[in-house]
Amino acid sequence: MLKIENLHASVAGKEILKGINLTIGAGEVHAIMGPNGSGKSTLANVIAGRDGYEVTAGSVTYHGKDLLAMKPEERAWEGVFLAFQYPVEIPGVNNTYMLKAGVNAKRKHQGEQELDAMEFMQMIREKAKLVELDQSFLSRGVNEGFSGGEKKRNEIFQMAVLEPSLALLDETDSGLDIDALRVVAQGVNALRNAERSIVMVTHYQRLLDYIEPDFVHVLADGKILKSGDKHLAMELEERGYDWVKDEAAAAV
Amino acid sequence: MSDVKPTTKQEIVSGIESDIKPEEFANQEYEAGFVTDIDADTLPPGLNEDVIRHISAKKDEPEWLLNWRLEAFRHWLTMTEPHWAHVQYPPIDFQSISYYSAPKSKEDGPKSLDEVDPKLVETYEKLGIPLREQEMLAGVAVDAVFDSVSVATTFKGKLKEAGVIFCPISEAVREYPELVRQYLGTVVPTGDNFYAALNSAVFTDGSFVYIPKGVRCPMELSTYFRINAMNTGQFERTMIIADEGAYVSYLEGCTAPQRDENQLHAAVVELVAMDDAQIKYSTVQNWYPGDENGVGGIYNFVTKRADCRGDRSKVSWTQVETGSAITWKYPSCVLRGDDSVGEFYSVALTKMRQEADTGTKMIHIGKRTKSTIVSKGIAAGHGNQSYRGLVNIGKGADGARNYTQCDSLLIGDSCGAHTFPYVVVKNQTATMEHEATTSKIGEDQLFYCQSRGISEEDAVNMIVNGFCKDVFNELPMEFAVEANRLMEVSLEGAVG
Ligand SMILES: Nc1ncnc2c1ncn2[C@@H]1O[C@H](COP(=O)(O)OP(=O)(O)OP(=O)(O)O)[C@@H](O)[C@H]1O
Ligand SMILES: [Mg+2]
Repeated sequence: MLKIENLHASVAGKEILKGINLTIGAGEVHAIMGPNGSGKSTLANVIAGRDGYEVTAGSVTYHGKDLLAMKPEERAWEGVFLAFQYPVEIPGVNNTYMLKAGVNAKRKHQGEQELDAMEFMQMIREKAKLVELDQSFLSRGVNEGFSGGEKKRNEIFQMAVLEPSLALLDETDSGLDIDALRVVAQGVNALRNAERSIVMVTHYQRLLDYIEPDFVHVLADGKILKSGDKHLAMELEERGYDWVKDEAAAAV
Repeated sequence: MSDVKPTTKQEIVSGIESDIKPEEFANQEYEAGFVTDIDADTLPPGLNEDVIRHISAKKDEPEWLLNWRLEAFRHWLTMTEPHWAHVQYPPIDFQSISYYSAPKSKEDGPKSLDEVDPKLVETYEKLGIPLREQEMLAGVAVDAVFDSVSVATTFKGKLKEAGVIFCPISEAVREYPELVRQYLGTVVPTGDNFYAALNSAVFTDGSFVYIPKGVRCPMELSTYFRINAMNTGQFERTMIIADEGAYVSYLEGCTAPQRDENQLHAAVVELVAMDDAQIKYSTVQNWYPGDENGVGGIYNFVTKRADCRGDRSKVSWTQVETGSAITWKYPSCVLRGDDSVGEFYSVALTKMRQEADTGTKMIHIGKRTKSTIVSKGIAAGHGNQSYRGLVNIGKGADGARNYTQCDSLLIGDSCGAHTFPYVVVKNQTATMEHEATTSKIGEDQLFYCQSRGISEEDAVNMIVNGFCKDVFNELPMEFAVEANRLMEVSLEGAVG
């Protein structure tokens, strides 16, 4: 479903991604782990289409289409969703209003009829329950004055509303308290299905206890150094990253 | 928090009220001579006492009004154009402007919409302001100004029943001369400033509203202004008087078609609120702003002032300014009555080469007077945007309070936003709060919206509308929708 081949990308003239190869099948859950600054968010941003990243080589193919040729909103219409590591505040813009615009733009693109206000409200009330997001957040400005954890919860709520086929969750677990983590993880699990692929960037095994990944990858210095199943994450939790780097160095 | 610059009252007041310097105009003789061509409804360009006499005669005015005009004209001759505003434009040749132009219709004025020139109605419909629908939809009475003479006034009957007077000011001069004479020029005196003096000398029409004691006006009063004939300056004069305990909401909307010639627009609006009276004055201004290179567009030099004469009176100015090449406008409140309240809510958008210098003056005189200022400036393209505000707390204004918030939003790198807050406090019991922010539409905000499936253009609209929300909330419902749409139209192509 998603195929990343030899992806090189730089920011401000500095190469960050140095040849990423990754294939993600429908319904799979992949975890990406790795040291700070290794390029995990960069990878997520390049897939979602953020400006300012220059792809110098490689390709990203999604459902057979060249993802890199699309604008960010077009990628969203195709089913790509990014839960931000640092969600953005947009003062004065109603959370619900923004989501309605997004949902209807996508429906329009897919040739479906736009939802009317009633249908939409009903739908988002249900989705809010899924992540136990208090109704009061629906009518507040987008992330405006939300606490760190509330912002993260809001991201997964948006994911539930937008029903992506590829969800990139960038450190959704950081900032969530213990109970919130459980609730949000349950929300994500409820959204798992045979079509929907999920890529989780995380630093902690904790999240993976709740959302069991099919694959775990170690991204360090712009490359995927090692891939494995959920046991790799447990090993990383115990031993850190150095041994992976050493192993990779020895292999060269 | 930005710094509040304390200053003397003189600095802004004398600025706005213009310096007196007898020059050019005083010695200038009108050489071309006055061509009297009464049939032609448009006067040839130029301004002298004969022109004023002609306007006055055309409108069948009483002698006191003619003298009032002439006095204003003589005062104007001694004044010079103010140049303190943060705007730039070529000098205006006041002798190249025609000071009177009536619409083509032969009648004195239609009694109903059916008698209105169908061409005019058609233009309104193109602009999305169908008079007929408005009649039915919102119950809004419309006093449309086409160039300098009012051609359509509706809903008179219903208003008459309530005792409300809502008519062209020229009609008010004929029908209610004492009322007009009692209030005209008492808020904005003839010599108040250069443009107000000019307006007093040559004003051709505008609205007159009187709400009697204890009456709540049964509908929103609305005027759509349009400028049409080439090279015709528009000099409206609007007066709204709310007598004791009265309430009125007045909507002013303007748009103009594209043209190459710069056009001067110098209106004067006077509001008077007596004890416990309330006036809500809302403006959506969308005149032709000129093209990308700054060619064409309206020069909008307006004097709007409210006199909160009565105790517990309240005046709110709400404005959405997206048009005009140059805007120079400071709707103000003189808070004379004890416990009177003044409010100013403003959204101003400048793009391309537009320039706006706008803000308000809140003059606190009465005890426990309260003022609120919320100004939202948006600059895009090469737009230039200034907020200029004066809060003056007089000696006797015990316990006065002011809250000022000015926020600027920049779209792109070539535009500018400036704030010039002036504060004069002569009473130590006053409470002043001032907040100011300047922000740019962030790349991260745009990307956030886009990643949710919203196109860049829609995202900009959404972010700008969010930024303006505090002001739009103050607009009457049907105007708020229009304001939203107007922002969208105005922002088209502003990004990228
Ligand atoms: N705009 C930028 N200008 C310069 N360097 C940048 C820019 N954006 C990212 N980088 C650099 O790219 C590298 C990778 O950043 P990225 O955010 O992808 O790391 P990460 O793996 O997500 O780290 P973390 O675990 O801390 O979130 C970092 O060294 C970062 O400083
Ligand atoms: Mg990161």
